[in-house]
Amino acid sequence: MNFIIRLKKVFFITLKYLSLCFFAFLSVLPVVSCLITAFKTDQEYNSTNVMVLPHSWFNFQNFIDAFTKANMARAFLNSTIILACVLLISTIIGTQLAYVLNRFNFVGNSLIRNLFLFASLLPGVAMQISVYEIMTKLNFINSLPGYIIMICGTDVISIYIYIQFFENIDKSLDESAIVDGANYFTIFYRILLPLLKPAIVTSCILKGVSTYNEYYSASLYLQDKKLYPTVATSLYTFVGPLGSKYNLICAGVIISLLPALIVFICCQKQIYSGLTAGAIKG
Amino acid sequence: MQAKAKAIKKKRTFSQWLKSRDGQKVLIITAFMVIPLLLLFVFTYLPFGKMFSFSFYDMKYVGQRKFVGLKNYVKVFTRDDCFKALGLSLYYMLGAVIQLGIALYFATILSFKTRGGSVFKGLMFFPYLINGIAIGFIFKFFYTRGFVFDTVLHWFGFNLENLPYWLKDQRINNFSLVGTSVWRYFGQNMVLFIGAIMSVDSELYEAAMLDGAGKFQQFKYIILPSIKTIILLNVILSISGSLSAFEPPYVITSGANGTGTYFVVMHEIAHTQQKVGLASAMAIVLLIIIFIATIIQRLLFKYVFVSGEDDNPKDAIRRERRLNRYLKHKAHRR
Repeated sequence: MNFIIRLKKVFFITLKYLSLCFFAFLSVLPVVSCLITAFKTDQEYNSTNVMVLPHSWFNFQNFIDAFTKANMARAFLNSTIILACVLLISTIIGTQLAYVLNRFNFVGNSLIRNLFLFASLLPGVAMQISVYEIMTKLNFINSLPGYIIMICGTDVISIYIYIQFFENIDKSLDESAIVDGANYFTIFYRILLPLLKPAIVTSCILKGVSTYNEYYSASLYLQDKKLYPTVATSLYTFVGPLGSKYNLICAGVIISLLPALIVFICCQKQIYSGLTAGAIKG
Repeated sequence: MQAKAKAIKKKRTFSQWLKSRDGQKVLIITAFMVIPLLLLFVFTYLPFGKMFSFSFYDMKYVGQRKFVGLKNYVKVFTRDDCFKALGLSLYYMLGAVIQLGIALYFATILSFKTRGGSVFKGLMFFPYLINGIAIGFIFKFFYTRGFVFDTVLHWFGFNLENLPYWLKDQRINNFSLVGTSVWRYFGQNMVLFIGAIMSVDSELYEAAMLDGAGKFQQFKYIILPSIKTIILLNVILSISGSLSAFEPPYVITSGANGTGTYFVVMHEIAHTQQKVGLASAMAIVLLIIIFIATIIQRLLFKYVFVSGEDDNPKDAIRRERRLNRYLKHKAHRR
């Protein structure tokens, strides 16, 4: 009897780890195969199967070629500028809005919350049909500031993260500051904003990853591939004549996902908790 | 003279009012809300309204516009490539169900003690962080004849000659694309579910263990009821997500060989053919469908909740937690 129970336990544990390993394998396989290919010379790529390991793991030629051909230096510069501005602006306006919505009761408060909620339900690809027209009228096509403003304008989830966080900050803190004679600006900037730091980090990571990875609106509004490639859209260089040189393409792909990988390794916890927070409220 | 004095007096009272608490409130509310609301208006509600009006015109982004009434809507339903493309959503719905199932399975496993749990979690989650274009290249490469997928299947004993062309063969290519979407998002769903499971009080599990409940019972009676809300929420999200499926076909096949979903066709019509009116009509039709679907689901959702035999499980957990906190507090005092 005891033996059967043990056998059952061993069976289930084996099943558990087998399934984990199998799906982890499936999850990394596409990326790992890309990594393998990225280290192959042209000749090696043409003569060996894609899953055969490369001769040398120090053949960085493809990475160098991909980096220069796809104008990635410029792309990284653009992406960094976009990221910095978007994060700064959306943090400021997001926290301010959340502060007002959470701390003040006024006519239209819940209406505004619902307007933001409704906005998050509209699929982005469909909206771009007419946003494109507005961007054209505003002269925001091929303009980094214009693109940055548009990205800041479509940010809803971080507002929810902030509101949720404000709900957990005791209102008596505000009240005692008011008694001491502080005005609302001081309360917000001196007292509440520093307390909001964890929420800011969380939503910056989420917003940062999605902004960095954004390619659809980037390819619509930053059409000038010479001046305004972002890291994601710079990969478009490989569509066309270079389309079958997969050792080069894979190197480009790997370069483009390195920053996301680094951020992921450093901030796993914040990413997980940010996703959970954003999903439950939104 | 008198009028001037009056104006000064009025001004003073205004500035006084501005300095008062109420004035300060109004000031900060307007100051902090102007920009976000402006952005929300310009990039969401204005386009929304414009899209609605575009749908009645025959127009390009530049040049003349011609009012055509409901003709665009008629076209959406009669053209071969528009409304019928919505049928492809069924593949994506199926994928979404599988995705949620896998996510729930691994979330449950990983919430218990597992060797290397965080490594597995990280490996399964990472695809979510890869940008769309990279995904496109990765899977074009992955599915190419004789490349990664075929090689791996070959290791497992499949014969290359019996394998289809994963992205060309119309019997299979939509499944290939849905597979990439499952690959990309199941880890993210899993993380959400783990978060929900973790928010259940661990003492509930301990109590259940003491009562001799097995893992499966724990799953059925503790985990499942307490994360019911987030599961249903994800089902709702994934159904509207399936209707608006876009990314996999757009980046991998560009909609060729019968993989063009509704949104891929719409994108093509709007930005390549520049038939903005027709594309807007397509968008409006889909939005209406999504809203109806969402409302129906919400109603079902409510119904599911109300008809449950016991009361809301969340409340039960909350009560239990409060009790535990109280007990802990008491223990501390002693």
